[in-house]
Amino acid sequence: MQTTIFTFTVLLLAFIGYYMGRSRAVATVSGDVRKLHSLPRHYGYFVALWCGVPALVLCVLWMLFEPYIVNTLVLSGVPNIDPDASSAVIARILSDVKFLAANGVGRGADDPVMVAAAEHYTHLKTVGTASLAVAIIAFSILGLVIGSRRVGADLKARNQVEGLIRWVLLASSVIAILTTIGIVGSLLFEAIRFFGKVPFTDFLFGLEWSPQIALRKDQVASQGSFGAVPIFAGTMLISFIALCVAVPVGLLSAIYMSEYATPKVRAIGKPMLEILAGIPTVVYGFFAALVVAPTIRGFGEAWGLDVSSESALAAGLVMGIMIIPFVSSLSDDVIRAVPQALRDGSYALGGTKSETVTQVILPAALPGIVGGVMLAASRAIGETMIVVMAAGLTANLTANPLQAVTTATVQMVTLLVGDQEFDSPKTLAAFALGLVLFCVTLCLNVVALRVVAKYREKYD
Amino acid sequence: MTELKESMQKAQARLKKRHAAETRFKAFGIGALVFAFLCVVMLFSSIISNGYTGFRQSYMKIDITFDESVIDPQGKRDFDTLNRADYGKIVKQSLYDFFPDVKKRGDKRTLSNLVSSNAAYTLRDMVVADPSLIGTSQSVWVMASDEVDMLIKNVFKREDDESTRPITNKEIAWVEKYESENRIETRFNTNFFTAGDSREPEQAGIRGALMGSALTMLITLALSFPCGVMAAIYLEEFAPKNKFTHIVEVNINNLAAVPSIVFGLLGLAIFLNIFGMPRSAPVAGGFVLALMTLPTIIIASRAALKSIPPSIMEAAIGVGASKMQAVFHHQLPLALPGILTGTIIGMAQALGETAPLLMIGMVAFIADVPGWINDPATVLPVQVYLWADSPERAFVEKTSAAIMVLLGFLITMNALAVLLRKKLERRW
Repeated sequence: MQTTIFTFTVLLLAFIGYYMGRSRAVATVSGDVRKLHSLPRHYGYFVALWCGVPALVLCVLWMLFEPYIVNTLVLSGVPNIDPDASSAVIARILSDVKFLAANGVGRGADDPVMVAAAEHYTHLKTVGTASLAVAIIAFSILGLVIGSRRVGADLKARNQVEGLIRWVLLASSVIAILTTIGIVGSLLFEAIRFFGKVPFTDFLFGLEWSPQIALRKDQVASQGSFGAVPIFAGTMLISFIALCVAVPVGLLSAIYMSEYATPKVRAIGKPMLEILAGIPTVVYGFFAALVVAPTIRGFGEAWGLDVSSESALAAGLVMGIMIIPFVSSLSDDVIRAVPQALRDGSYALGGTKSETVTQVILPAALPGIVGGVMLAASRAIGETMIVVMAAGLTANLTANPLQAVTTATVQMVTLLVGDQEFDSPKTLAAFALGLVLFCVTLCLNVVALRVVAKYREKYD
Repeated sequence: MTELKESMQKAQARLKKRHAAETRFKAFGIGALVFAFLCVVMLFSSIISNGYTGFRQSYMKIDITFDESVIDPQGKRDFDTLNRADYGKIVKQSLYDFFPDVKKRGDKRTLSNLVSSNAAYTLRDMVVADPSLIGTSQSVWVMASDEVDMLIKNVFKREDDESTRPITNKEIAWVEKYESENRIETRFNTNFFTAGDSREPEQAGIRGALMGSALTMLITLALSFPCGVMAAIYLEEFAPKNKFTHIVEVNINNLAAVPSIVFGLLGLAIFLNIFGMPRSAPVAGGFVLALMTLPTIIIASRAALKSIPPSIMEAAIGVGASKMQAVFHHQLPLALPGILTGTIIGMAQALGETAPLLMIGMVAFIADVPGWINDPATVLPVQVYLWADSPERAFVEKTSAAIMVLLGFLITMNALAVLLRKKLERRW
């Protein structure tokens, strides 16, 4: 609410600045705008930016750091906090203080320390907001004055304004890099904390995964309960089943569409595959749990097989359906990139269409197809909702597709949902798994994109 | 001569084989396409056949006596008294009166469960709106419980063995008495669109999830559209060809392939734990999804900008525009249809995304409809996930119905994108 008012004030001042700058520029040349270096409105923008940008930057910085500063100050006023208290305990104290400050009642209303902290909090908030308001208005007006004093016929207003816009454009494209740094940083930071509690080799090579045990108070994080091998094995099993479905179906439909199909069939087939690609994964998950898993179970029972109701087969099958469009659209691209001359050569020697496809086009397109399959594999490994809804929760080291296995993404969800305690190895384990997942998918992608790019170069 | 004949025959046989192989190969291709088609059909038919009943809800007509001694024994008639009175008791009394021969305590409790607990709120709203009802007797349509609803919709089948369905023969007999007097009907389920989440299937609605999705999308669009377009303009028009630009480009391509759940971890570690954004709130969800859709928008916008012929730029610069003016006044408006198409597709992806939102706590049970971006909320796909996890049979149709709404939005958005591409995109 307050920030909205501040923003509006600054925008209003910037608006005034625009008109001031423009009229001042016109006035300096007494109406003859040809004598100005830039168009009059550029002078307007120039003053408006001087007025608005510093104030808004201040406002954003305040919003980012204010909670942290206020929290630290309030906590320093609460004397009897255990210095080793976990972040969750501190967070609870803070939320109690804030609730108390806002409502006057609540937990700790009879504790003088808490009441004092709440008063301190309210005081800090008021002082902070008031000083921010003063600072913002001072900054805007100062900017307004500096900006409009610099306006003159010789000021290269357009170049300056455009220079700033260029920086803003550059900043937007840097967001992508910041995101990557944020991902790598947060994953690494939390994973290193995890590996401080559980040895790296135990995590990577241990055969037993039972993170729930480590939560019990009376038990030290027992060694071997964070062995991630069963999880990696489960992830691979389900992804493998998915690829077994998606690669043949996707590849064959891509070949059919690009080599055989009439334009009419293509006009229906393409959108149909796009529909498969556009369905949210949670819908696939529901489909897997509601339809596919019971069907497979029924079949298995008819054959006298013992099928788990959360079998890897059901999850893998549905995941395969989900990645059909990835495989087919990527294969379609690479098949189309094979030069027509190769096809014509094969036909001229009397090859049939299928012979041309299997003996000329596919070998020529192979690197591209391999790249596409790798991209599909990385998609399958990182897929979450289907496995969360249709695969098992307990780690199970098996290669039997009829049994329930778990995957890295399922474990990340079960470890983190509904758990705010951030210091236990249990929640940190999710970040370690995330780090492994990120590294594996990144490697697959980098290699796959390289392979595809190399292949493209060959025929360009 | 015979030699020639022989080799001709051999060639003929070989040709036959080769043609058979050709037909087989073609059949495989058709088979693959048909398999994909069947998957689409099965998916949609299973969702629709389970979900279309979710848009209807059974109501029961019960005779209510608005007993003054229960509602307002002191005759005050003020809002507080009327609002807090025990309407559940009145509902129960109505059912007991309808079946005077039900005497056992357990039976009575089962009987009172025929109507939804929502019935009491219906009565409350009636009385608060019109206190003169007190003391009168009325026939009121109230919501049936989820089990009765399932029976009416024939999901629980009467001819099945009693032990295989959650509703007993006794209850069915009671329901049939209401049916025989035409006191049961199914209506369009407006509650599904006006209510928030609930533990009771018959009272659960998607209003809260829709609102949460709308707020989250608002944040996502407000962040990712300007940032994405500006980044694309920079990379396509202004960036020098150097190592830094190359790193940014590779980075964007890799970000597009990072599993969505990893973005959830990023949101949890950075937005919630460092920046202190509220848990379960659309603002945090919007930030995470914005980072996720950013690569899609950048890639689409770059493609759109690239497709504009350089002559436009050259002409603008030729008549004295600066590069910035040429881009913003000429390139960008011409590329806008393509950019918007990419943005809509990116938004559709974000609307269907679930996994990263689970990580930042948008998976909690929230009955209230969120009012603004800081309120705890959930989104449509997460609501689907939550309901899919609920054990009650009636939630299956709710889940499917919510999926139908979600798919409806996605199909509309994608159709809009296709339409935009067809109508506005220029071929040069």
